[in-house]
Amino acid sequence: MASTAELEKIVTQVRRDIIRMVHAVNSGHPGGSLGCTEYLVALYFDIMKHNPSKFTMDGVGEDLFFLSNGHISPVFYSVLARSGYFPVKELATFRKLNSRLQGHPTTHEHLEGVRMASGSLGQGLSNAIGAALAKKLNKDNSIVYSLHGDGELQEGQIWEAAMYASAKNVDNLIATVDMNGQQIDGSTDKVLNMGSLRAKFEAFGWHVLDLEKGNDMASVVNALNTAKTHTGKGKPVIILMKTEMGNGVDFMMGSHKWHGVAPNDEQLAQALNQNAETLGDY
Amino acid sequence: MKKYTYTEKKDTRSGFGAGLSELGKTNPNVVALCADLTGSLKMDAFAKDHPERFFQVGIAEANMIGIAAGLTIGGKIPFTGTFANFSTGRVYDQIRQSVAYSDKNVKICASHAGLTLGEDGATHQILEDLGLMKMLPGMVVINPCDYNQTKAATIAIADHHGPVYLRFGRPTVPNFTPADQKFEIGKAVMLNEGTDVSIFATGHLVWKAIEAGEQLAAQGISAEIINIHTIKPLDNSAVINSAKKTKCVVTAEEHQMNGGLGDSIAQLLARELPTPLEMVAVNDSFGESGTPAQLMTKYGLDAINIVEAAKKVIARKA
Repeated sequence: MASTAELEKIVTQVRRDIIRMVHAVNSGHPGGSLGCTEYLVALYFDIMKHNPSKFTMDGVGEDLFFLSNGHISPVFYSVLARSGYFPVKELATFRKLNSRLQGHPTTHEHLEGVRMASGSLGQGLSNAIGAALAKKLNKDNSIVYSLHGDGELQEGQIWEAAMYASAKNVDNLIATVDMNGQQIDGSTDKVLNMGSLRAKFEAFGWHVLDLEKGNDMASVVNALNTAKTHTGKGKPVIILMKTEMGNGVDFMMGSHKWHGVAPNDEQLAQALNQNAETLGDY
Repeated sequence: MKKYTYTEKKDTRSGFGAGLSELGKTNPNVVALCADLTGSLKMDAFAKDHPERFFQVGIAEANMIGIAAGLTIGGKIPFTGTFANFSTGRVYDQIRQSVAYSDKNVKICASHAGLTLGEDGATHQILEDLGLMKMLPGMVVINPCDYNQTKAATIAIADHHGPVYLRFGRPTVPNFTPADQKFEIGKAVMLNEGTDVSIFATGHLVWKAIEAGEQLAAQGISAEIINIHTIKPLDNSAVINSAKKTKCVVTAEEHQMNGGLGDSIAQLLARELPTPLEMVAVNDSFGESGTPAQLMTKYGLDAINIVEAAKKVIARKA
């Protein structure tokens, strides 16, 4: 078990990776990536049972993670590299020609750690359910995790999957929603108000957990550990995780404007000043 | 003209059901998913014999494709079942991202394809599915001609690692393929050697091509008849060798001209061996309600249409 302080050191480095990757190609999605950094670091460095040095597609005996909102690939790639799936220096190839680090994650380039392409939204929950069903058939009692954007929940397939998971007792699944309240055209409330997601998921038969401080490492670890205690009880589990888009970079916080925009040179320097190098830049 | 006989008419979807049932007994990794059409797809036997490996997903095809993709992670070989329309057009993006682009070993099995679905009408009669599926990189596209061939194809695709689209239909049609004929993906089946015209047919049009061959023979025309059960990968050498010999080609399928078998063969011949070609297919039109036989006649997919196309293309030879 990693200490909170150790995990926070990784978070700071991952933030630097995200900002530098996006800046280098002047494209990508920094806002949502920064908001989910604590969650992904907690998952890969503390919560999940997994084997980064020997990646297999089937992941038998390992916990699995599916990134449904594939546009936050910068944080996913950084966490995969930092946890040992592939060389950290490969982060420098993000979004460039002939790279395994495509704009949105893919299995097509055989990047270790990625088990499903994502980017077209709304598909990851179904994928995670399928993997969870395969684990049950294989008598593998590991857990399947998935992450979704809140805006992504506007896709109908999410609700097909949500209905299925409870009706068929897929209880080895912990989904998390990144509730940053933002999407491309503005706040989620303004674009398409989804009402109470707690009430919706409860009505769909899920065990719902609230995580109010999704950018506080101790709270994130605690919520994921609590979620684990609710697996195996007949219901799928979902964490509604409130985060701040752009967290850790003051000028990116509190706005949807940094969903898919890269910082310029000056903004890069400013952002890096706020996040000291802890594990060594790639 | 070689004589083809059959003892009974059977539906190709039952061939799928029988193949799936056999796979259930022989391959423990095979799992099946269905979107509320278990009886129509003839998946009942598998569902009854292997309830732990059968997933009823309800009327939610997008979720079905997504779950199937996920099930491959852990070594399962998922066979999804619904009508061809809901197996392709409705879930194109799910197939594209979660199955084809993700290189997942999913078998998309689609019944009630084409006009022969009949009375339900054009909402259900997809005539674009072969085109949609063959455009996806890495997708294998198979359209067998009768019960025995569909059963053999179902069993064969379990051993092929990668995404496959298997298309079959609702009505009973002559079952003439030998029950022990091995199904080889991408390998065309020579049904009759001939010298005047090559007829390349797929699916339900294969039997009609045989009938057309008999009519042509009676008129002194020697037709080469080849069953192209695999649209992709196309058996290029079978097409080119036959076209070299006869110097003119007819294609026949229960699909739009755009995107179907004829389109694939026309592309190949244009590149490799420009040859006069006529297509028996639906010409940029939706279907409608009617009996399968009425619809095949109205939309020009009968043996007589193949005969006319053959005469027309022979007349175009240089």
